[in-house]
Amino acid sequence: MSHRGEILNQMAQRIPYLHFLGLRFETAGERLTAVLPFSPMLIGNPAIPALHGGVTAAFLETTAIVGLLWTGLPEGEAVALPALPKTIDLTVDYLRPGLSRDSFAEARVVRQGRRYASVHVEAWQDDRSRLFAQGTGHFLMPEGVR
Amino acid sequence: MAGPELSAAQAFIMALPQAQALGLQIEALGDGRAEIVMPYHPQLIGDPATGVIAGGAVSTLMDTASGAAVMSHPQASGVTATLDLRIDYMRPATPGQAIRARAECHHVTRSVAFVRVTASDEDEARPVAMATGAFTVEGKK
Repeated sequence: MSHRGEILNQMAQRIPYLHFLGLRFETAGERLTAVLPFSPMLIGNPAIPALHGGVTAAFLETTAIVGLLWTGLPEGEAVALPALPKTIDLTVDYLRPGLSRDSFAEARVVRQGRRYASVHVEAWQDDRSRLFAQGTGHFLMPEGVR
Repeated sequence: MAGPELSAAQAFIMALPQAQALGLQIEALGDGRAEIVMPYHPQLIGDPATGVIAGGAVSTLMDTASGAAVMSHPQASGVTATLDLRIDYMRPATPGQAIRARAECHHVTRSVAFVRVTASDEDEARPVAMATGAFTVEGKK
């Protein structure tokens, strides 16, 4: 884990909802992977059992927001939590059930302008090439980083 | 929908671990419509600077209400799963206020149920978020 990655995780810990989900981040160079460790309270379909579709949407949205922050995060000292991009919309494509195991997601910033950003996110479990969900979201960038 | 059926569906939704974690409460359910409330809770804050609830929690509320609406539709039976959900976030929810989702399953085929859902805080004239979704329909057994 890089120093920049540690800063990111410290910032993420200050967002109560990320703490609620148990989300954390792993970094390798410029690559940022969000990790959602399995927890029974994330289940929305006890029959399979499978992750709640809303949790999957939240996982993708959060990965996109943190992906945008990560792109603009400076090297160096720990920083206060910056102003967060605001979600305009999110479209989630549910490809297969999220099973009772750890989930991973990566965001790709498709376009980032001064005001708007478009981000694509992919989520998987055991196999990076077998996605269980993908999504696209549009975000309004905060004033400070424009 | 008959009383006992309603309570069975209600019990099913309320037993979902994530619904319990969010403190979701079903206020109305039946005939393809569901109304579910999520109380304000500090652990759901998405932006500590403002105290606004995370979009993800609102998404889960709307997905739950949508799934419940499908399950309560006379032409859909059994458990459902989300195929697609498109969410618009119109404005931040007011901190301290509960959020209410109203979902309507407006069309059902043999395989797919289509849902629209709105989430509002106390200012019901200005919804916080809206979503449309497609859900699976299991064959009648």
